[in-house]
Amino acid sequence: MAHPSVLDAPVAPAPLPTIPLSELAPFALFGSLLALVLLYFVGAEQGAVSLVAGSNVHEFVHDARHLLGFPCH
Amino acid sequence: MVRTLLIRGMLVGVVAAVLAFVVAKVFGESEVGLAIAFESAHEAPGAVAEPEVVSRTVQSTIGLFTGLLAFGVAVGGLFSLVYAVAQGRLGALRARTTAGLVALAGFAGMYLLPNLKYPANPPAVGNPDTIGERTSLYFAAMLISLAVVVGGFVAARRLAPRFGSWDAALLALVGALVVIGLAYYALPAADETPEGFPADVLWRFRVDSLAIQATLWATVGLLFGALTERANRPAPVRTPGAAPAPVPALAAGEAPTASGGSPVATGA
Repeated sequence: MAHPSVLDAPVAPAPLPTIPLSELAPFALFGSLLALVLLYFVGAEQGAVSLVAGSNVHEFVHDARHLLGFPCH
Repeated sequence: MVRTLLIRGMLVGVVAAVLAFVVAKVFGESEVGLAIAFESAHEAPGAVAEPEVVSRTVQSTIGLFTGLLAFGVAVGGLFSLVYAVAQGRLGALRARTTAGLVALAGFAGMYLLPNLKYPANPPAVGNPDTIGERTSLYFAAMLISLAVVVGGFVAARRLAPRFGSWDAALLALVGALVVIGLAYYALPAADETPEGFPADVLWRFRVDSLAIQATLWATVGLLFGALTERANRPAPVRTPGAAPAPVPALAAGEAPTASGGSPVATGA
Protein backbone atom coordinates (compact mmCIF):
# COMPACT_ATOMS: atom_id res chain seq x y z
CA MET A 1 0.00 0.00 0.00
CA ALA A 2 3.03 2.28 0.22
CA HIS A 3 2.71 3.25 -3.44
CA PRO A 4 4.06 6.71 -4.18
CA SER A 5 1.28 8.89 -5.50
CA VAL A 6 1.84 12.41 -6.73
CA LEU A 7 -0.04 13.94 -3.84
CA ASP A 8 1.86 12.07 -1.18
CA ALA A 9 5.29 12.45 -2.74
CA PRO A 10 6.97 14.67 -0.10
CA VAL A 11 5.98 12.50 2.85
CA ALA A 12 8.50 9.78 3.58
CA PRO A 13 6.76 6.38 3.77
CA ALA A 14 8.39 5.49 7.06
CA PRO A 15 6.88 2.26 8.39
CA LEU A 16 4.88 2.82 11.56
CA PRO A 17 6.40 1.31 14.68
CA THR A 18 4.44 -1.41 16.43
CA ILE A 19 3.87 -0.91 20.13
CA PRO A 20 4.75 -4.00 22.20
CA LEU A 21 1.61 -5.63 23.58
CA SER A 22 3.19 -5.82 27.03
CA GLU A 23 3.41 -2.04 27.07
CA LEU A 24 -0.21 -1.78 25.93
CA ALA A 25 -1.74 -4.26 28.34
CA PRO A 26 -2.24 -2.05 31.44
CA PHE A 27 -3.63 0.83 29.38
CA ALA A 28 -5.86 -1.50 27.45
CA LEU A 29 -7.22 -3.16 30.58
CA PHE A 30 -7.89 0.03 32.53
CA GLY A 31 -9.02 2.06 29.54
CA SER A 32 -11.40 -0.61 28.30
CA LEU A 33 -12.94 -1.10 31.74
CA LEU A 34 -13.49 2.63 32.14
CA ALA A 35 -14.91 2.97 28.65
CA LEU A 36 -17.25 0.02 29.22
CA VAL A 37 -18.56 1.60 32.42
CA LEU A 38 -19.26 4.85 30.53
CA LEU A 39 -20.95 2.96 27.70
CA TYR A 40 -23.01 1.04 30.23
CA PHE A 41 -24.32 4.20 31.85
CA VAL A 42 -25.23 5.77 28.53
CA GLY A 43 -26.49 2.58 26.95
CA ALA A 44 -28.12 0.38 29.54
CA GLU A 45 -28.30 1.65 33.16
CA GLN A 46 -31.85 1.62 34.57
CA GLY A 47 -33.11 -0.09 31.47
CA ALA A 48 -32.75 -3.85 31.66
CA VAL A 49 -30.43 -3.67 34.68
CA SER A 50 -30.17 -1.03 37.35
CA LEU A 51 -27.26 -0.21 39.66
CA VAL A 52 -28.54 3.16 40.84
CA ALA A 53 -32.08 3.28 42.23
CA GLY A 54 -34.77 5.28 40.45
CA SER A 55 -34.79 6.40 36.85
CA ASN A 56 -32.81 9.64 36.88
CA VAL A 57 -29.84 8.28 34.93
CA HIS A 58 -32.13 6.68 32.38
CA GLU A 59 -34.27 9.78 31.95
CA PHE A 60 -31.28 12.12 31.80
CA VAL A 61 -29.50 10.34 28.96
CA HIS A 62 -32.84 9.22 27.46
CA ASP A 63 -32.54 11.00 24.09
CA ALA A 64 -28.89 10.08 23.58
CA ARG A 65 -29.69 6.45 24.31
CA HIS A 66 -32.50 6.38 21.73
CA LEU A 67 -30.56 8.26 19.07
CA LEU A 68 -27.39 6.20 19.51
CA GLY A 69 -29.43 3.09 18.81
CA PHE A 70 -29.49 1.44 22.23
CA PRO A 71 -32.71 -0.23 23.39
CA CYS A 72 -34.26 2.20 25.86
CA HIS A 73 -37.66 1.09 27.13
CA MET B 1 3.44 6.61 23.31
CA VAL B 2 0.25 4.88 24.41
CA ARG B 3 -0.39 7.76 26.78
CA THR B 4 -0.22 10.28 23.92
CA LEU B 5 -2.54 8.17 21.78
CA LEU B 6 -5.05 7.70 24.60
CA ILE B 7 -5.20 11.42 25.40
CA ARG B 8 -5.53 12.22 21.70
CA GLY B 9 -8.31 9.67 21.33
CA MET B 10 -10.35 11.07 24.21
CA LEU B 11 -9.95 14.68 23.01
CA VAL B 12 -10.95 13.68 19.50
CA GLY B 13 -13.95 11.94 21.08
CA VAL B 14 -15.02 15.24 22.65
CA VAL B 15 -14.90 16.99 19.26
CA ALA B 16 -16.80 14.09 17.69
CA ALA B 17 -19.46 14.31 20.40
CA VAL B 18 -19.96 18.03 19.76
CA LEU B 19 -20.48 17.41 16.03
CA ALA B 20 -22.76 14.46 16.76
CA PHE B 21 -24.75 16.71 19.09
CA VAL B 22 -25.27 19.22 16.28
CA VAL B 23 -26.56 16.46 13.98
CA ALA B 24 -28.76 15.08 16.77
CA LYS B 25 -30.18 18.50 17.56
CA VAL B 26 -30.82 19.51 13.93
CA PHE B 27 -32.21 16.20 12.67
CA GLY B 28 -32.86 13.67 15.43
CA GLU B 29 -34.74 15.61 18.07
CA SER B 30 -37.72 16.46 15.87
CA GLU B 31 -38.39 12.75 15.29
CA VAL B 32 -38.04 12.05 19.01
CA GLY B 33 -40.62 14.78 19.60
CA LEU B 34 -43.03 13.29 17.04
CA ALA B 35 -42.62 9.83 18.57
CA ILE B 36 -43.37 11.15 22.05
CA ALA B 37 -46.42 12.98 20.69
CA PHE B 38 -47.64 9.68 19.22
CA GLU B 39 -47.01 7.96 22.54
CA SER B 40 -49.06 10.52 24.51
CA ALA B 41 -51.88 10.49 21.95
CA HIS B 42 -52.19 6.71 22.15
CA GLU B 43 -52.05 6.21 25.89
CA ALA B 44 -54.89 4.21 27.34
CA PRO B 45 -57.71 6.64 28.22
CA GLY B 46 -57.65 6.02 31.96
CA ALA B 47 -53.88 5.87 32.26
CA VAL B 48 -52.24 8.28 34.65
CA ALA B 49 -49.41 10.18 32.96
CA GLU B 50 -45.98 9.08 34.16
CA PRO B 51 -44.40 11.61 36.50
CA GLU B 52 -41.78 13.56 34.60
CA VAL B 53 -38.52 12.89 36.43
CA VAL B 54 -36.43 14.89 34.00
CA SER B 55 -38.09 17.54 31.84
CA ARG B 56 -38.15 17.22 28.06
CA THR B 57 -36.10 20.41 27.80
CA VAL B 58 -33.33 18.93 29.91
CA GLN B 59 -33.52 15.59 28.10
CA SER B 60 -33.23 17.16 24.67
CA THR B 61 -30.39 19.55 25.53
CA ILE B 62 -27.99 18.94 28.39
CA GLY B 63 -29.06 15.33 28.88
CA LEU B 64 -28.55 14.58 25.21
CA PHE B 65 -25.20 16.37 25.23
CA THR B 66 -23.99 14.58 28.36
CA GLY B 67 -24.95 11.21 26.93
CA LEU B 68 -23.22 11.90 23.64
CA LEU B 69 -20.16 13.33 25.40
CA ALA B 70 -19.74 10.26 27.60
CA PHE B 71 -20.24 8.03 24.59
CA GLY B 72 -17.79 10.07 22.48
CA VAL B 73 -15.05 10.04 25.10
CA ALA B 74 -15.51 6.31 25.72
CA VAL B 75 -15.45 5.57 21.99
CA GLY B 76 -12.47 7.88 21.43
CA GLY B 77 -10.47 6.28 24.25
CA LEU B 78 -11.30 2.73 23.18
CA PHE B 79 -10.54 3.66 19.59
CA SER B 80 -7.08 4.97 20.48
CA LEU B 81 -6.23 1.75 22.34
CA VAL B 82 -7.31 -0.38 19.40
CA TYR B 83 -5.36 1.94 17.12
CA ALA B 84 -2.29 1.42 19.32
CA VAL B 85 -2.60 -2.33 18.73
CA ALA B 86 -3.31 -1.93 15.02
CA GLN B 87 -0.52 0.53 14.24
CA GLY B 88 2.12 -1.26 12.17
CA ARG B 89 0.22 -4.56 12.38
CA LEU B 90 -2.23 -4.05 9.50
CA GLY B 91 0.46 -3.96 6.83
CA ALA B 92 2.47 -1.02 5.52
CA LEU B 93 -0.25 1.57 6.07
CA ARG B 94 0.03 5.22 6.96
CA ALA B 95 -1.27 6.45 10.29
CA ARG B 96 -4.35 8.06 8.78
CA THR B 97 -5.20 4.95 6.78
CA THR B 98 -4.81 2.77 9.88
CA ALA B 99 -6.97 5.17 11.91
CA GLY B 100 -9.59 5.22 9.15
CA LEU B 101 -9.75 1.43 9.02
CA VAL B 102 -9.99 1.10 12.81
CA ALA B 103 -12.81 3.67 12.88
CA LEU B 104 -14.62 1.90 10.07
CA ALA B 105 -14.27 -1.40 11.93
CA GLY B 106 -15.56 0.16 15.14
CA PHE B 107 -18.51 1.80 13.39
CA ALA B 108 -19.42 -1.47 11.69
CA GLY B 109 -18.94 -3.63 14.78
CA MET B 110 -20.48 -1.37 17.39
CA TYR B 111 -23.26 0.24 15.40
CA LEU B 112 -23.92 -0.63 11.78
CA LEU B 113 -24.01 -4.43 11.94
CA PRO B 114 -25.97 -4.77 15.21
CA ASN B 115 -28.41 -2.14 13.92
CA LEU B 116 -29.11 -4.11 10.77
CA LYS B 117 -30.64 -6.77 13.01
CA TYR B 118 -31.99 -4.63 15.84
CA PRO B 119 -32.45 -1.10 14.47
CA ALA B 120 -32.66 2.02 16.62
CA ASN B 121 -36.14 2.72 17.94
CA PRO B 122 -37.69 6.04 18.93
CA PRO B 123 -39.78 6.40 22.08
CA ALA B 124 -43.15 4.58 21.81
CA VAL B 125 -41.63 1.77 19.76
CA GLY B 126 -40.78 -1.26 21.86
CA ASN B 127 -42.67 -2.99 24.63
CA PRO B 128 -41.31 -2.04 28.11
CA ASP B 129 -41.94 -5.60 29.27
CA THR B 130 -39.36 -6.98 26.85
CA ILE B 131 -36.59 -4.45 27.53
CA GLY B 132 -34.44 -7.10 29.24
CA GLU B 133 -34.66 -9.49 26.34
CA ARG B 134 -34.12 -6.75 23.75
CA THR B 135 -31.10 -5.36 25.58
CA SER B 136 -29.51 -8.82 25.80
CA LEU B 137 -30.15 -9.47 22.13
CA TYR B 138 -28.77 -6.09 21.11
CA PHE B 139 -25.55 -6.54 23.06
CA ALA B 140 -25.28 -10.12 21.80
CA ALA B 141 -25.54 -8.82 18.23
CA MET B 142 -22.90 -6.22 19.07
CA LEU B 143 -20.52 -8.83 20.51
CA ILE B 144 -20.99 -11.10 17.51
CA SER B 145 -20.39 -8.19 15.14
CA LEU B 146 -17.24 -7.08 16.94
CA ALA B 147 -15.90 -10.62 17.03
CA VAL B 148 -16.59 -11.06 13.31
CA VAL B 149 -14.96 -7.72 12.45
CA VAL B 150 -11.82 -8.53 14.47
CA GLY B 151 -11.78 -12.04 13.02
CA GLY B 152 -12.10 -10.57 9.54
CA PHE B 153 -9.03 -8.36 10.03
CA VAL B 154 -6.98 -11.25 11.44
CA ALA B 155 -8.05 -13.50 8.57
CA ALA B 156 -7.22 -10.82 5.99
CA ARG B 157 -3.71 -10.47 7.42
CA ARG B 158 -3.19 -14.25 7.51
CA LEU B 159 -4.40 -14.72 3.95
CA ALA B 160 -2.48 -11.76 2.54
CA PRO B 161 0.84 -13.57 1.86
CA ARG B 162 -0.94 -16.20 -0.24
CA PHE B 163 -3.59 -14.17 -2.08
CA GLY B 164 -2.30 -10.61 -1.97
CA SER B 165 -3.77 -7.85 0.21
CA TRP B 166 -6.79 -7.02 -1.97
CA ASP B 167 -8.02 -10.56 -2.56
CA ALA B 168 -7.30 -11.48 1.05
CA ALA B 169 -9.42 -8.55 2.23
CA LEU B 170 -12.26 -9.56 -0.11
CA LEU B 171 -12.14 -13.17 1.06
CA ALA B 172 -12.20 -12.06 4.69
CA LEU B 173 -15.11 -9.72 3.96
CA VAL B 174 -17.16 -12.46 2.31
CA GLY B 175 -16.38 -14.83 5.19
CA ALA B 176 -17.41 -12.19 7.73
CA LEU B 177 -20.69 -11.50 5.92
CA VAL B 178 -21.52 -15.22 5.79
CA VAL B 179 -20.91 -15.62 9.54
CA ILE B 180 -22.96 -12.49 10.35
CA GLY B 181 -25.72 -13.65 8.04
CA LEU B 182 -25.94 -17.06 9.70
CA ALA B 183 -25.87 -15.57 13.20
CA TYR B 184 -28.63 -13.09 12.35
CA TYR B 185 -30.67 -15.83 10.73
CA ALA B 186 -30.56 -17.70 14.04
CA LEU B 187 -31.33 -14.71 16.31
CA PRO B 188 -35.01 -13.84 16.89
CA ALA B 189 -36.43 -10.85 15.02
CA ALA B 190 -37.53 -7.64 16.75
CA ASP B 191 -41.09 -6.76 15.86
CA GLU B 192 -42.61 -4.33 18.32
CA THR B 193 -43.66 -1.27 16.37
CA PRO B 194 -47.12 -0.32 17.66
CA GLU B 195 -50.14 -0.29 15.38
CA GLY B 196 -50.42 3.00 13.51
CA PHE B 197 -46.95 4.35 14.30
CA PRO B 198 -46.00 6.58 11.32
CA ALA B 199 -43.54 4.67 9.14
CA ASP B 200 -41.91 7.87 7.92
CA VAL B 201 -41.08 8.99 11.44
CA LEU B 202 -39.56 5.57 12.16
CA TRP B 203 -37.48 5.66 8.96
CA ARG B 204 -36.26 9.22 9.56
CA PHE B 205 -35.42 8.44 13.17
CA ARG B 206 -33.28 5.51 12.06
CA VAL B 207 -31.55 7.53 9.36
CA ASP B 208 -30.87 10.27 11.93
CA SER B 209 -29.43 7.72 14.32
CA LEU B 210 -27.18 6.44 11.54
CA ALA B 211 -26.10 10.00 10.74
CA ILE B 212 -25.22 10.70 14.37
CA GLN B 213 -23.12 7.57 14.73
CA ALA B 214 -21.48 8.03 11.33
CA THR B 215 -20.57 11.63 12.23
CA LEU B 216 -19.08 10.50 15.51
CA TRP B 217 -16.99 7.65 14.11
CA ALA B 218 -15.88 9.54 11.01
CA THR B 219 -14.70 12.46 13.14
CA VAL B 220 -12.85 10.16 15.51
CA GLY B 221 -11.11 8.24 12.72
CA LEU B 222 -10.23 11.10 10.40
CA LEU B 223 -9.23 13.67 13.02
CA PHE B 224 -7.21 11.15 15.02
CA GLY B 225 -5.42 10.05 11.84
CA ALA B 226 -4.64 13.62 10.81
CA LEU B 227 -3.32 14.58 14.26
CA THR B 228 -1.23 11.43 14.50
CA GLU B 229 0.35 12.04 11.09
CA ARG B 230 1.16 15.59 12.11
CA ALA B 231 2.78 14.45 15.34
CA ASN B 232 4.73 11.69 13.57
CA ARG B 233 6.14 13.96 10.87
CA PRO B 234 9.91 13.55 11.00
CA ALA B 235 11.78 16.55 12.34
CA PRO B 236 13.37 18.43 9.42
CA VAL B 237 17.08 18.30 10.34
CA ARG B 238 18.75 18.84 6.98
CA THR B 239 21.15 21.66 7.88
CA PRO B 240 24.13 20.68 10.00
CA GLY B 241 24.07 24.11 11.63
CA ALA B 242 20.56 23.88 12.99
CA ALA B 243 20.62 22.14 16.34
CA PRO B 244 18.37 19.07 16.34
CA ALA B 245 15.11 20.40 17.61
CA PRO B 246 13.87 18.75 20.81
CA VAL B 247 11.17 16.88 18.99
CA PRO B 248 10.85 13.10 19.02
CA ALA B 249 11.43 12.31 22.67
CA LEU B 250 9.15 15.08 23.90
CA ALA B 251 6.36 14.27 21.49
CA ALA B 252 4.59 12.58 24.38
CA GLY B 253 3.08 15.83 25.61
CA GLU B 254 0.83 17.76 23.29
CA ALA B 255 0.40 16.56 19.77
CA PRO B 256 1.01 19.02 16.98
CA THR B 257 3.68 21.50 18.09
CA ALA B 258 6.24 19.97 15.71
CA SER B 259 5.02 22.42 13.06
CA GLY B 260 7.29 25.01 14.66
CA GLY B 261 10.16 23.37 12.82
CA SER B 262 8.93 24.20 9.34
CA PRO B 263 10.75 27.55 8.86
CA VAL B 264 14.04 25.76 9.42
CA ALA B 265 13.25 23.39 6.58
CA THR B 266 12.36 26.13 4.11
CA GLY B 267 15.42 28.13 5.05
CA ALA B 268 17.75 25.25 4.24
